[in-house]
Amino acid sequence: MLEIKNLHAGIDGNEILKGINLTVKKGEIHAIMGPNGSGKSTLAKVLSGHPAYEVTKGEVFYEGKNLLEMAPDERAREGVFMAFQYPIEVPGVSNAQFLRLAYNEKRKHLGEEELDPLEFKDLLKERARVVEMDASFMTRSVNEGFSGGEKKRNEILQMAVLQPKLAILDETDSGLDIDALRIVAGGVNQLHNSENAVILVTHYQRLLDYIVPQFVHVLANGRIAKEGGKELALELEQKGYDWLKSATEATVVGVPTNQR
Amino acid sequence: MMVTETARQENSYLEAFRTLQASDHDSSDSWLVRVRENAMATFAELGFPSVKDEEWKYTNIAPIARTNFTPLIATETSGRSSEAEDFANFSVVEGKDSQLVFVNGKLRNDLSRLTGLPEEVVALDLSEALADARYSEIARTHLARHADYITNGFTALNTAFVHHGAFVYIPKGVTVKVPLHLLLISNSSDTSEVTFPRLLVIAEENSSATLIESYVGTAEATYFTNAVVEIVLADGARLEHYKVQRESAGAFHVATTAADLGANSSYDATTITFGAQLSRHDINVTMDHEGAECWVDGLYLVTASQHTDTHSVIDHRKPHCTSHQLYKGILDGKSRAVFNGKIFVRHDAQKTDAMQTNKNLLLSNEARVDTKPQLEILADDVKCAHGAAVGQIDEDELFYLSTRGIHYDLARNLLTYGFAEEVIGKIKLDSIRAQLDEAVLHRLHARLEA
Repeated sequence: MLEIKNLHAGIDGNEILKGINLTVKKGEIHAIMGPNGSGKSTLAKVLSGHPAYEVTKGEVFYEGKNLLEMAPDERAREGVFMAFQYPIEVPGVSNAQFLRLAYNEKRKHLGEEELDPLEFKDLLKERARVVEMDASFMTRSVNEGFSGGEKKRNEILQMAVLQPKLAILDETDSGLDIDALRIVAGGVNQLHNSENAVILVTHYQRLLDYIVPQFVHVLANGRIAKEGGKELALELEQKGYDWLKSATEATVVGVPTNQR
Repeated sequence: MMVTETARQENSYLEAFRTLQASDHDSSDSWLVRVRENAMATFAELGFPSVKDEEWKYTNIAPIARTNFTPLIATETSGRSSEAEDFANFSVVEGKDSQLVFVNGKLRNDLSRLTGLPEEVVALDLSEALADARYSEIARTHLARHADYITNGFTALNTAFVHHGAFVYIPKGVTVKVPLHLLLISNSSDTSEVTFPRLLVIAEENSSATLIESYVGTAEATYFTNAVVEIVLADGARLEHYKVQRESAGAFHVATTAADLGANSSYDATTITFGAQLSRHDINVTMDHEGAECWVDGLYLVTASQHTDTHSVIDHRKPHCTSHQLYKGILDGKSRAVFNGKIFVRHDAQKTDAMQTNKNLLLSNEARVDTKPQLEILADDVKCAHGAAVGQIDEDELFYLSTRGIHYDLARNLLTYGFAEEVIGKIKLDSIRAQLDEAVLHRLHARLEA
């Protein structure tokens, strides 16, 4: 589904990603971990097409197509979704309005009939159950005045509505209390199936207790420093990230062979 | 050169003025003839304002001054039977049985319907009201008493041609549930015509009503609408007033709204400006009685080379009055907007609560806005705040929407809509709100439903 080859990227002339290689297949859940400044969020932003980031080298293929040539909205309509670390507030635009527009953009793209507000309301009601959000959130402006937890739940609601093939969750666990974390993770688990894939970008192992990845990749200094199965996350939890700082080569610990 | 042109222009007005005065010469209404005479004398003295005048610094009305406009003062206009259909789109659903329709300045009874209004409510042509013994006294008590024609040349000119327009009278204690729609249509294909709509709205004690004042142009001709609206609210009266200006792209629109508020009355004005190549709206609210409250809000949406100017004066003269003002502007193309809002808090106006905000969204690098909120406070126990802002579409918001699959243009429009929503959201009439939703989401950038 996703193939990242020797990806170099940065912002304002500073190279942050220095040769990332990663393959994600449908049905898989990958965790990208690493210390602050290792390039985790940069990777998520580059994949979603953030205009401030520049790709200087390498390739990214999504379902066989060159992802880097696609505009952010095109990527989204093709099924790539990023849950923001800091979801943006959009004053004056109601959540329901926004979600219906986004949903219909995708329907149009797929050559399907658009839903009118009433039809969409039913769909939204059903999808909102995934993140236990009540109707009052739908009439409020997108993320405006939402608490940190509500914003993150709203991101997962958008994921539930848009049903992406590839979901990238950028530090979705940050700033969440344990109840919100449980709801958000529960939502992601409900949405994950054998036809889609999830990339979890996270600093902490805690999220991985709820959403269990098959693969864990540890970033340090713009490269993947270590890769492994879910047990690698536990190891990091115990040892911290410091021991990785000198690492430059990826070492493979107990990764299933279908990855290489 | 300018002087010669202005002189010729004034002569053409003068000619029409004499014709109008002569037509009323035999009528008993010498009062009206005198008011017009005074106003014409004032206009002759003031002429049109120039950019040297502080109040007109950013709005050059030379194109109006140098065009040889023909005043439309004819008492008869011929209407086509198909017009009712043509104009059906301009009606608002809520006011379809309570509308006065004016075409090229003249009230058209065949297109108007008042069956939805309570019997006690009076809505008729101003010239008829002035000639009707039942209303002439109250009309004279208020006409030309609220809109100052001594210092404003355009108001003087309108007053010199006071004739057609609307007289609306809401008696004491009457609540009008349906909105009264005053629909003013310009559809003349003859270029360089000017109309002088004059609206007088009197709401007696504890009455309550909603007024829609809309200007629409159907022809591409260059015409000029010079309107004056006087609104008088007695104690405890409530009026919700929507002005929707959708003149043709070639039109000039200069209007003054003057509202006088009684004790504990409430005036809620929302002005929506879309049309005209050049428009200017002066809205002056006088609070000379305790406990009055007003909202003076607006939204202007301009593009291409349109120019729009709003000047407002909210005059707090007595204690315990509250005013709220929110004007939002959306500018695209090479358009220009001017906002000048003055709030006066007079010496006696203790416990005044006044709030004023003007925010502008520039959608192009060539658009320009000049905004000047002004507060002049002479009382010492008051709560006043004002502010102005000019900004552009937020790139982070734009990116966020695009990561949800929303096309760039649609995302821009959605954010533009979000900006306007603060004003659109307060509109209580569904049809006007829907019209605006549509206009904001689909007007500024054409490609949406591709």
